Amino acid sequence: MAAYLVRRLVYGAFTVLGVLLLLFVLFFTVTDPDDIARKAVGDRAKAEVYVQWKKNHGYDRPLFVNSEHGVADTKRYTDTLLFEHFRRMLTFDFGRSDADGTPIAKRLREGAGPSLSLTVPLFVLGLLVGVVVSLFVAFFRETYIDRSMLVVCMLAMSIAGLLYIIGGQFLVGTLLRWFPISGFDPDPAVTARFLALPVLVGLVSGFGADVRLYRTVFIEEMNRDYVRTARAKGAGDARIMVRHVLRNALIPILTNVVLAIPFLFTGALLLESFFGIPGLGSLTVEAIQSNDFATLRTMVFLGALLFIAGQLLTDISYALADPRVRLS
Amino acid sequence: MSTPLLSVEQLTVSAPGAAERVRIIDGIGLAVSPGETLALVGESGCGKSMTALAIMRLVSPPLRIHAGSRVLFEGRDILALPATEMRTVRGAQMAMIFQEPMTSLNPVTRVGAQVQEAITLHSDVSPFAARMQVIDLFEMVGIPDPHKRIDAYPHQLSGGLKQRVMIAMAMALKPRLLIADEPTTALDATIRAQILDLIRNLTANTGTAVLLITHDFGVVNELADRVAVMYAGQIVEEGTREDLLARPKHPYAQGLLKSIPRAEQRGGRLEEIQGVVPRPGQWPEGCRFHTRCPYVFDDCVFEPPARTIVSATQAARCHLLTGKALDPA
Repeated sequence: MAAYLVRRLVYGAFTVLGVLLLLFVLFFTVTDPDDIARKAVGDRAKAEVYVQWKKNHGYDRPLFVNSEHGVADTKRYTDTLLFEHFRRMLTFDFGRSDADGTPIAKRLREGAGPSLSLTVPLFVLGLLVGVVVSLFVAFFRETYIDRSMLVVCMLAMSIAGLLYIIGGQFLVGTLLRWFPISGFDPDPAVTARFLALPVLVGLVSGFGADVRLYRTVFIEEMNRDYVRTARAKGAGDARIMVRHVLRNALIPILTNVVLAIPFLFTGALLLESFFGIPGLGSLTVEAIQSNDFATLRTMVFLGALLFIAGQLLTDISYALADPRVRLS
Repeated sequence: MSTPLLSVEQLTVSAPGAAERVRIIDGIGLAVSPGETLALVGESGCGKSMTALAIMRLVSPPLRIHAGSRVLFEGRDILALPATEMRTVRGAQMAMIFQEPMTSLNPVTRVGAQVQEAITLHSDVSPFAARMQVIDLFEMVGIPDPHKRIDAYPHQLSGGLKQRVMIAMAMALKPRLLIADEPTTALDATIRAQILDLIRNLTANTGTAVLLITHDFGVVNELADRVAVMYAGQIVEEGTREDLLARPKHPYAQGLLKSIPRAEQRGGRLEEIQGVVPRPGQWPEGCRFHTRCPYVFDDCVFEPPARTIVSATQAARCHLLTGKALDPA
């Protein structure tokens, strides 16, 4: 078990290094430090301001090789943007935003709360609704209940996520006036009103795919021999579905679900930006729009770390749920 | 013959087909007396297992048991029982063991708990008492170290031990009828005899009748009191073990017997029945066996043979027995 974890962590470290390199190369293929600086100071800024900004933010160095230093000098490679990029990320020294100069660590702290208050309820409710509905549908498989739910799911999956957002804002916010269209308030009592609509929209847009997937898993389990054994014992339908089918189906469902847990921290990109929730998803979208390399790379780096954590968590939960699995 | 414990009449099960529903088993009649072992014999695909599942009412949609089918268990038609009442019969008075011990146990639950579930579903005992009962049962079915093994998961046990667990589960409430669907087919030859002995001894002690489903005449010889031979969804011959092993009347039963390897025929070519069992829905007109029968004649092609009584204990469905053709013997 310990050896397994160590091995996974080493693989994970290589993955993170690869992600950082890829991000750097891709980002500076589409843009360059001059562009970033010009965007930050504005087109009409004086040349000195522009040069000073580049110096302050460390963009006055070359990307890969610094030819000011000799061939034998290690500074030739360490005094570069690439090296600085790795140094900062690996020491968790995220620095300041390229767009407005605020410390990125501060933005992360501020954004985590709003993001979690959206993603956690969405995750928990989504899992609950998905599992309960699909367990129900699987039990009534091949009946009109199952078939009509299939139609609902296919429709739900065929509609683009954006339409749910806009439609939800129009229907619930403008016509029915149940909840505000967008916005956020740190006061928990008021927040619930702001979060209701995005959570609802998130639930509806994820519903179809989840139910289809879980239904397939449940039906596969229901056709297994041990279910027949349970019926032959005289167990009732409810008992069979919950004690036998659900318990076994949780194993494949877990893999799907646990992997998503770390991403609760990075927020929901679309929902946050459309509903004006100042979370980490909004932060990422803003960073993309404003060419804010410092913020964007932080989010990507954290995303990669969380992804690896999610995979580890999945493996561990797999071993806990299925007695046949041994981590080695 | 005493009043039967189980009496199956006109049992028909069908599945949805391309145009209309296809019969998988077709008007089966069987009777099992208390304490008796009836072997249901036939090739794969003839409907043996489906018959067993239908008797347990474990046939699930889209398969369907036809109206007019009757399964009388201790005198009442269990096909007419409400589902909740059927559950009190299933597992308690009528239990079943399956062909595949590897997949028939729930992989994520400890084996002791699975046997315990069978007990607590049907009787009001404390979990502790039920656990003690499971340990006794494990001992009874010959599982070594029952105290430890009840907390094992199925994957930690061998196939033979798993089948013993299944037997413990089935015999937990001393059922009146045990349905054993190819209980030894998936096991090693050395384990096979042990499991057969176990089934014989346990059911003899509790007076449990057995409906044994098998394709293996060795198993028939070991356990059966009476034998019913099944072909293409029908019973084609029935009789005592001696009747079937010594003087089978139906050419299919004869063919099955001839295809058993014997020591005295060593080196010779084994006889086989030509062809395969036709699939449900493709059963031929007339006698269903006529496409593979070595004695086929005109009547066989056009007219389904009626059940002909051969002796007080034996009957078969074959035109040869009505004396219209040459004697097959």
